[in-house]
Order: sequence, then C-alpha cells, then structure tokens
Amino acid sequence: MAAPIALRLQFGGGAELLFDGVKEHQVTLPSQSEPWDMKQLLVWIQRNLLKERPELFVQGDSVRPGILVLINDADWELMGELEYQLQDQDNVVFISTLHGG
Amino acid sequence: MCQVDEDYNGQLDRDEVLSFSKKCVKCKEATAVLVIRAGDMFCSGCFKEYFVHKFRAMLGKNRIIFPGERVLLAVSGGPSSCSMLNQVQEGLSQNAHKKLRFIPGIVYIDEGGALGLSVEERQRTVDELQSMFKATGFPYHILPLEEVFDLPSSVLEESSPSSEQPDITYKAAVDHFIQTNRNCYLSPEKQADLTGLNIQESHTHSLQQIFGSIKTLTAKEDLLQTLRQHLLVHTARSKGYSKLMLGDNCTRLAVKLLASISLGRGAQLAIDTGFSDLRYGDIITVRPMRDYSAKEVSFYNHMYNVPSVFIPTLDTKTTDKASVLRLTESFVTKLQAHFPSTVSTIYRLVGIINLLYMYICEWFSMFIVCVCVGGGLGLVVYKQGGIVCGQKSLEKHLYCYSCLRLTSFL
Repeated sequence: MAAPIALRLQFGGGAELLFDGVKEHQVTLPSQSEPWDMKQLLVWIQRNLLKERPELFVQGDSVRPGILVLINDADWELMGELEYQLQDQDNVVFISTLHGG
Repeated sequence: MCQVDEDYNGQLDRDEVLSFSKKCVKCKEATAVLVIRAGDMFCSGCFKEYFVHKFRAMLGKNRIIFPGERVLLAVSGGPSSCSMLNQVQEGLSQNAHKKLRFIPGIVYIDEGGALGLSVEERQRTVDELQSMFKATGFPYHILPLEEVFDLPSSVLEESSPSSEQPDITYKAAVDHFIQTNRNCYLSPEKQADLTGLNIQESHTHSLQQIFGSIKTLTAKEDLLQTLRQHLLVHTARSKGYSKLMLGDNCTRLAVKLLASISLGRGAQLAIDTGFSDLRYGDIITVRPMRDYSAKEVSFYNHMYNVPSVFIPTLDTKTTDKASVLRLTESFVTKLQAHFPSTVSTIYRLVGIINLLYMYICEWFSMFIVCVCVGGGLGLVVYKQGGIVCGQKSLEKHLYCYSCLRLTSFL
C-alpha cells in the first residue's frame, strides 16, 4: 500500500488559464495499492483540477506537445516521462511554450 | 548477439539513453537536468553558460549593433522577449564577460483594444509590466495600439539612414569606443515618468470596429502583426533609436516561416524570419533570440526566475484549426515532439533563402502594407486605402499578393 503523496504543482506560460488562473496547487494524492506515476497523475489532474478545454492540456495519454514538464526542476524526459514514479513532496511544473515571444 | 532480421524500434534507443547515467555532456560531472535537441543533456550550470554565451555570440558574430548605439527592445511580456530583456540587463552589467555596449530602451504595446479587454484589465497588465521595467533601470515606453491612428503616412516609406552614422567598420568602432570609454561605463538614461495608459475612447472603438469586421482569425492576426510592427518602427524613429530588437525565438520563427508560405508571403521569408531586417531603411530590426528554442527559453526563465507576464492574445484558447498560424504551430510542435530536429531543419532554410534574397531586392518596388520589397507579383490596385494610417482616400497602392488577399477580408 502506498501512502498518500503530497505534491506541489505549478502551471505557467498560459497553462494556468485552464486552471482558473491559479498557478500553484498543493495537492495530496490518495493512497492506492500501486505507486503513483505521471500517467496516473495526468488523469487525476484532468479529473480534479482541470476546469475547461482538456484538449489544450492533455493529448491521449500524455500532455499536449508544446507543454514543458519539469519534475523537481529537471526535464521529465530525463526522468522517464510518463513512467516516472512520484514521490512525496515532489514538485511538478507544467509550462506551456506555445505562447509568447 | 545481433540478429539480422531483428526489429529494433525507437523504444530500445530511448531505454538505452535513460538507463545510462545522465551526466551533463559538457562538464561530464553534474547530473543533467535538461535535454535540448536530440540527446544534448546539460546540467543547470552549463546550460546557463550556454544560454548566456549564445546571446552574446549572436550579437558579436553579426556585428550589426555598434557600441554606444541606442537600441529599442520590443517586449511583449512573453517569455522570449522577457528573456531577451534579462540577457541585455546581464550583458550590460559591470562585471559581465564580453560586456554589451549599447544603450537600451524598452517598448511595450498594449493590444487590449484589439482584443476587447476592459480598461481595468489593460491597466492591471500595464502596472505589472511597469514595475518589471522599472526594476531594470532602462527607459521604457508603454503605448496603446490605438496610437496607430496617429501614425504619419511616412511610416509606410523606407527612410534613408540618418547621416550621423559614419562609414566605419565594426572593429574600428569597437576599438574607438574602448579607447574613449576606458574607465567608465555607459550610464543608463533617466527613466521616463509615466502615469498610465493614455487611451482615446474613440480610437479604441474604431480599432474594435476594424477587428470586428474581419471575418477570419488569420486576417486578424496578420493585421495585428502589421499594425504592431508599424507602431514599433515609428516609436523607434520618433524616440531616436536606430535599432529595434524583437524577441522571436526559433520555434516561433519556424512556425512563422511555414505559415508565411501558406499565406503567400514566400518572397518576404528571408526578412520576416532572418536575423536582421533592413526594409525600413533607417531602423534595423534584429532578432537575437532566433537561435533559442521555446523549450530552452521557458526552462531558463523558470530556473533563473526571469519574470514574465502572460497576456492573452487573439489565438489564446482557440482550437487547432482556428487560423493558419495556429494550425502550423500545432503541426510543427507535434512533429517536433517525435522528431527533435524538425524546428532546426525548418529554420536552416532561412539562411539559404537569405542569400538569394540579397541579390534580388534591389530591382523591385516596395509594397505598401508589409513594406516589403517583392518580385513581380505586386498588383497595383485602386483601393479605398490607407487602413493603416486611418485615412480614407482613393489612392493607388501597390500590394503584395498576400496583403491583397488579406485586405479582401476587411
């Protein structure tokens, strides 16, 4: 049994518009039998935090291309992307790179 | 052992990369935190060095900004232009290695009138940006897009460079500057004192009417881009700047390149997406951020706390097919996710086109709206013209194919 996991989620670059303009969220994922991974986190976010237009944030199993994901200030490509297993007090940042110049 | 007909798919390569220890490719000691392009992993420190160095090298290599010159930085509030502002700030600081030597100013154009934002919302954004600009110490100018109605028609003409710039090589200019300014630094100009946006309501109404009457988002975006560009050039001219710096990054320029081809702007590709844009004659536009991908900029801004302000624009929260630009952006970013060299390949085209462009631009006349020199496809049209200057007179104008098509949506 995995204990509940507390996470700090941040949204930037315009992604916060889909979350009522709130950039920082402190969330606690409920405990479950298997460890939480990023794939499940995205589903959880879509169900519990995302306020509108899910197609602008997720695409299939993963985030929409153009959204940079950082886990503990490191590129998620180096951490295993969707397979990365979340740990307590992890900091996950989603920055949309599709806007602005 | 390898088998001749074994099927190696991409997944195998990916697992190999991840299972190896992820050390920075440069210092080979610290753990990598970012992947740029395909397989280049950097640690935080090396990435910062690489980022800063690229900016200085870009300016130094192109040798277009002379020491002591006044350069206007066009900041939209977005990550790329704010990153550019941050790099200029760092580059001008006393203890910078290979210090930058020009005199910057900042300009922000508030486009809320065209987007239908309320005055309060616009003022809020302006206040936020104003505090950011004040912190830099550079003089800044904040203008509403409505000022485009007060532009003189000379903005559509190519001006000759001011006679002050002597015919001197870059190297000689730098040497001369170093000798005369050996122990002093360029003191920043006094900051302008601004009391907020000065908007004429009738102009806002006119602006909204114009944008409201345009049927497609593509045409709206194009018009907004054109108006913004004219206002930026006019501001640079009237405030005495000789260079304009835009914050377009590599990803954005690759998208713009493909979208331009779709919109019939193939002839102007080189100047629309190249490093320097000489179409206005006296004001030269440069794009120092053009070698940075959107990912690099976002990562740097996040890691090193570069402030930026998110401001919604015409295509915020629109669907993928809302406009040509949005569709192209969606196409390029999706392709980039699977093929990391997409953007750099598109972008390299610009360098090739640029060389060809240099030879042909002398012989053709200038187009009225995009102020581009183009080849042979210019159509002389009698139109109730001057939408850019707000005049209504029947004048003979030369339009390029793309602008002619887009003005038909007005």
